[in-house]
Amino acid sequence: MDQKNKNSNKPIYSRFSQQELHAWKPILTPGWVIASYIAIGALFIPIGFLAWSASDRVVEIVDRYDEHCVPEDFSSNPQSFIQNPGIKKTCTRTIIVPKKLVAPIFVYYQLENFYQNHRRFVKSRSDKQLRDPKAENDTKHCLPEAYTADNKPIVPCGLIAWSLFNDTYKLSTRGKEISIERKGIAWKSDAKAKFGSNVYPKNFQKGGLVGGATLDETIPLSKQEDLMVWMRTAALPTFRKLYGKINTDIEAHDTIKVEIENNYNTYKFGGRKKLVLSTTTWIGGKNDFVGVAYISVGGICLFMAINFILLYVFRPRRLGDPSYLSWNRHPITLNPSSL
Amino acid sequence: MGTGRKRRLHLSNIYSFKCGRNRFDDDHSQIGGPGFSRVVYCNESGVSEAGSHSYSDNYVRSTKYTPMTFLPKSLFEQFRRVANFYFLVTGILSFTELAPYSAVSAILPLIVVIGATMVKEGIEDWQRQKQDHEVNNRKVKVHRGGGVFESREWKNLRVGDVVKVEKDEFFPADLLLLSSSYEDAVCYVETMNLDGETNLKLKQSLDATSTIHNDSDFNNFRATVKCEDPNASLYTFVGTMEYQDQQYALSPQQLLLRDSKLRNTDYIYGAVIFTGHDTKVIQNSTEAPSKRSGIERRMDTIIYFLFFILFLMAFLGSVYFGVVTKRDLDGDRQKRWYLGPDRAKIFFDPNRAPAAAIYHFLTALLLYSYLIPISLYVSIEIVKVLQTIFINNDIHMYYEEADKPAHARTSNLTEELGQVDTILSDKTGTLTCNSMEFIKCSVAGTAYGRGVTEVERAMAKRTGSPLIVNGRDQLLDEPNDDDSTLSVKGYNFEDERITNGYWIHEPHSDVIQKFFRLLAICHTAIPDVDEETGKVTYEAESPDEAAFVIAARELGFEFYKRTQTTVSFMELNPVTKQRVERTYELLNVLEFNSARKRMSVIVRDDAGKLLLLCKGADSVMFDRLAKNGREFEENTKEHVNEYADAGLRTLILAYRELTEEEYKEFNEKFTEAKNSVSADRDELIDEATEEVEKDLILLGATAVEDKLQKGVPECIDKLAQAGIKIWVLTGDKMETAINIGFACSLLRQGMKQIIITLESPEIIAAEKGGDKAVISKVSKESVKTQILAGKAQLSASTTDPLALIIDGKSLAYALHDDIKGTFLELAVGCASVICCRSSPKQKALVTRLVKEGTGKTTLAIGDGANDVGMLQEADIGIGISGVEGMQAVMSSDIAIAQFRYLERLLLVHGHWCYRRISSMICYFFYKNIVFGTTVFLYEAYASFSGQPAYNDWYLSLYNVFFTSLPAIALGVFDQDVSARFCLKFPLLYQEGVQNTLFRWRRIFGWMLNAYGAMPTSISTDAYKVFVETLVPAPSYWVVTLYVVIAALVPYFCYKAVQMRFFPAYHGMIQWIRYEGNTDDPEYVNMVRQRSIRTTTVGFTARKRDNLWLIS
Repeated sequence: MDQKNKNSNKPIYSRFSQQELHAWKPILTPGWVIASYIAIGALFIPIGFLAWSASDRVVEIVDRYDEHCVPEDFSSNPQSFIQNPGIKKTCTRTIIVPKKLVAPIFVYYQLENFYQNHRRFVKSRSDKQLRDPKAENDTKHCLPEAYTADNKPIVPCGLIAWSLFNDTYKLSTRGKEISIERKGIAWKSDAKAKFGSNVYPKNFQKGGLVGGATLDETIPLSKQEDLMVWMRTAALPTFRKLYGKINTDIEAHDTIKVEIENNYNTYKFGGRKKLVLSTTTWIGGKNDFVGVAYISVGGICLFMAINFILLYVFRPRRLGDPSYLSWNRHPITLNPSSL
Repeated sequence: MGTGRKRRLHLSNIYSFKCGRNRFDDDHSQIGGPGFSRVVYCNESGVSEAGSHSYSDNYVRSTKYTPMTFLPKSLFEQFRRVANFYFLVTGILSFTELAPYSAVSAILPLIVVIGATMVKEGIEDWQRQKQDHEVNNRKVKVHRGGGVFESREWKNLRVGDVVKVEKDEFFPADLLLLSSSYEDAVCYVETMNLDGETNLKLKQSLDATSTIHNDSDFNNFRATVKCEDPNASLYTFVGTMEYQDQQYALSPQQLLLRDSKLRNTDYIYGAVIFTGHDTKVIQNSTEAPSKRSGIERRMDTIIYFLFFILFLMAFLGSVYFGVVTKRDLDGDRQKRWYLGPDRAKIFFDPNRAPAAAIYHFLTALLLYSYLIPISLYVSIEIVKVLQTIFINNDIHMYYEEADKPAHARTSNLTEELGQVDTILSDKTGTLTCNSMEFIKCSVAGTAYGRGVTEVERAMAKRTGSPLIVNGRDQLLDEPNDDDSTLSVKGYNFEDERITNGYWIHEPHSDVIQKFFRLLAICHTAIPDVDEETGKVTYEAESPDEAAFVIAARELGFEFYKRTQTTVSFMELNPVTKQRVERTYELLNVLEFNSARKRMSVIVRDDAGKLLLLCKGADSVMFDRLAKNGREFEENTKEHVNEYADAGLRTLILAYRELTEEEYKEFNEKFTEAKNSVSADRDELIDEATEEVEKDLILLGATAVEDKLQKGVPECIDKLAQAGIKIWVLTGDKMETAINIGFACSLLRQGMKQIIITLESPEIIAAEKGGDKAVISKVSKESVKTQILAGKAQLSASTTDPLALIIDGKSLAYALHDDIKGTFLELAVGCASVICCRSSPKQKALVTRLVKEGTGKTTLAIGDGANDVGMLQEADIGIGISGVEGMQAVMSSDIAIAQFRYLERLLLVHGHWCYRRISSMICYFFYKNIVFGTTVFLYEAYASFSGQPAYNDWYLSLYNVFFTSLPAIALGVFDQDVSARFCLKFPLLYQEGVQNTLFRWRRIFGWMLNAYGAMPTSISTDAYKVFVETLVPAPSYWVVTLYVVIAALVPYFCYKAVQMRFFPAYHGMIQWIRYEGNTDDPEYVNMVRQRSIRTTTVGFTARKRDNLWLIS
């Protein structure tokens, strides 16, 4: 009854199944440790300097204007200034260019203490509605900016669109206006896929309260690049958004006259507004952090390498000396014959 | 098959049955009362009255779930895990507006995780179900009515059925023996599966039913049995049988237990008394507990800790959020107007900021859930399954002869294998092969036998010196001469001076002749002659005895016939070289028992001389020698000590000639004693035998090897070197257990033995008194004092290793609540512990005591059904898939074919698995803390509004897929040291026992490392701003490189420093390998010597003792 099983149960031999594959098990010998520290140091410090010098070559002009663009009389109560539609908001700033700005020059506006990353804010949009003209009633996430008082759906709905930034800048130097290219500032994928070319703004800013900018109802959303830029919500409360590009060089020591329409209300929440002009290099905009970080890590590695070399010279230790074993450092009485 | 057989003997004529006649005693008066309510109507299956007692059927289930209960029960099991329950709650909450991410992305990972675990559970249970099915569908012959028996499945057996069980079949339920193929209705039962004892037990039915011998007789058979309710006690049974209007008392003598086996008996008839889960075996087995490993338990603590952090983070966030939200609206004046605070719902309403904060708290709990590694459990399970596949496929744990690879039955304990502190081992079938071999003897002061025992072989291997046996060099170049090459089972004697009749040329050939005649006569074995080949086989009560008779046969003294009064054997005549038949008249058999430690027969030889032939333990035999019988005493004693040290069981053989008067006097006394019915009957018998078994003449000594399994001493030695304690729990008697202790180097000469036993005179006196309360009180006191005395010895001697040997009776008292603490302290202090005569339940209790008392990981290993309790109680149960029974294997966690594979299983796989799992868990916590903390810190930049830093799917897949695969790879493939080195340096195992790789320090180290890496990670978030404007910018790659390297540098530093100044043991071994010193034996030895701590057991210790003696 106990039929012998012809198929043997013997496991199949293979290096894999027997866990005998060759393995690389690097051991941190002093040579190895020192070599790798030096290697990291040697790699990082040059990269750091490269990044740092690239960042150094970037010319960046930052001009905070929110305070200065409030007339003296309103300085104690900027709210009443900014909320009063009757007062002209134009203000003029002059900037002296420290170094030659080589095209393309990027024009950003920078907002501070503006929580575009607030969950309520981020969620208050309807991607469907932005994409599809038939989905204009898909506004359930857009509250409180979903419908106008007479129950018409707002396109684009939600707090993000509603709070669209509406300051404008005009730059001129030597009495000549510098043209700012306002096209091509949004992500291409946004224009293509996220914002419909046949979706037009409707009932926008027609609710009880006006938040920010208004939109031209004849231009489809996929061409409203300011909106697209604005609706890519920033991750941090201090952020820059692209306003436009300047395709001409600006010489050093030139004076730039900036005419600002100071419409956007940051005074309520104590936010700051800045205008930023910046050139780029391979590393992007001005960013000293990368270079400094690289250099410091490289430096630490070199420092460690030196330490290990010194240790190796002054306190060499037998490899694999068992007296360092954790249980040998608090030894139990060893048998004399095994010593 | 019974046709060719000679008529069976009435064995009761030879043996003086201890049981005698059943008397009605106190216990029987309880029948019908509480606890004794069972009524069985035998052979009345058709009668409705029998059906009115709805006793359970004979179906036995060992599965955890049924198809009906699987879903709810396994789901419940799953959600008992805190983490899983938490994720269930978050999953439900994620459907509300509170959720910071989409519901599907939250619930999907949970479904994947739970689903995977449930599938695994289901498969495991299905396999168990298959095994159950096999057992439940075994066939047995059942009386159908009208005297006809039919084959029926076990599961369809009902209480009261009459069954016929044939030779070598298992009993399907607890049966009441009615009659057997023997006339006096005895039968032999092998209870290996119950208590691990290999000798056959004799059972006898009531005289009243013993006459039923034909199937047809059962047509009119009616009986009513009233007995105790189902209980777990294997050795008691109280009941009465009403048969033919008469009441008979029933005792355990009539009860045949399920899972024991009918031997040497052609068939028996029995009535089913207990079925299925009511049977004593199953009552004895405890519910299969779901085992959890220690690391898993610690993991839970870490998860609680993470929960604490999670709640703390959520709380801080909510408070901040509440404050900020409150400030958004100051009367009518809005602050962050772009958030529309004046028109907000409850979640963000500044007017109801506290409520908003509370809601936010829930949101935050959802958001920071990434701190809890959801896929940790499932990843660990995947890893463990893969690890078990590796274990199952290990070619070094495959047993060629039985065609059995290792088989891990449950996968959740792999890393426990790396942390075993104490091994509790069964003896029979686990350490030994359960076969005895006649290997050496000392006759007339000369040692014969060139066989090499396992222990000698193991020692010789260690010393590397050629083995010197009997003054002859024997090189150990054939290490593989094991059972397979053995021609005769039970016989491994080789010595050209004796074999093939050469013994006649030896100086004391007359003594040799007497010696082997004694072996051929003095026993209780029954010969079985194959009529075709003329070959004789023997059926003996114990394998020892069989070994003696076989040895005698092989050396030319072939015992071939036993009648009621004679013993016949063939003998080679030394002069004529002819085979001569000799028949001795068998007058008396003076049985073996543990008090007498000897057995004798009195025979009249063919010349009419009266002889008393005696064999017994050296402790009793040397005292009984006559003055003129001590000629060889010195030499024999020396040999016996040598044998004992080589792990052999020894017996002293001696004889005496009796005069007719002496015999007559003895026989009268003996017969009188035998026939007495008084309570001191045994004593009278002992007294009678005492007087005749004296003035013996020494012939020599035998040495039988209780054949250890191959490689057991080496394995035990390695395990001892690895710092693992080994306890032996056996059902065998003390002498046997001690012998095996010597054989496998757990005991050795020079070790102080603390023996706790209740065989002392006072106790025996108390037992005579019969008052149970007094007995238990006296016994307990005695055990207590013995334990305390042992402890005193323990504290007194710091140098000498101690061995504790305790028998089952004493153990019962030692396990009482008030003493067990002291007992454990004593046991832990001893180098070896041997518990003999222990019942299955005691084995389990001892295991529990060790497990709970020391808090360390215990491993139990056994092969029989009597080990089941122990296997289930221990942290890890290992079953030996040996010859007999599958019970142990079925309730074990891992099954291996041979004890020696334990070495590889623990030292290699255990170590690896432990290392892999602990690294993997650390890795998991590391990555989750990195992730969870970045999410939290990002919140600081988003005014704790609950906006996740990452995309929904990235969030949920981070845990389940992105990061778990590398962790799993680490968990499956990481190897610190190759298998060869694991075995070479057993102390490496201590890393697991001391739990060095999963200490809190290490866990927090990893966690801190996570925080260390975090500030750089956060810069990647800030980087999103960058990415928005300059997607393909090189700076992205620059920063990525930076993040990777900078995050690794701290760990690299730590590692380098650790390797240099605080190396772990595996690190050192890596050093050795790296340096290429592995082939330099001296160097390796140096490191190994350093690593080997003073082991007190194993032959390494023995060798060292010898060295000391030399130096």
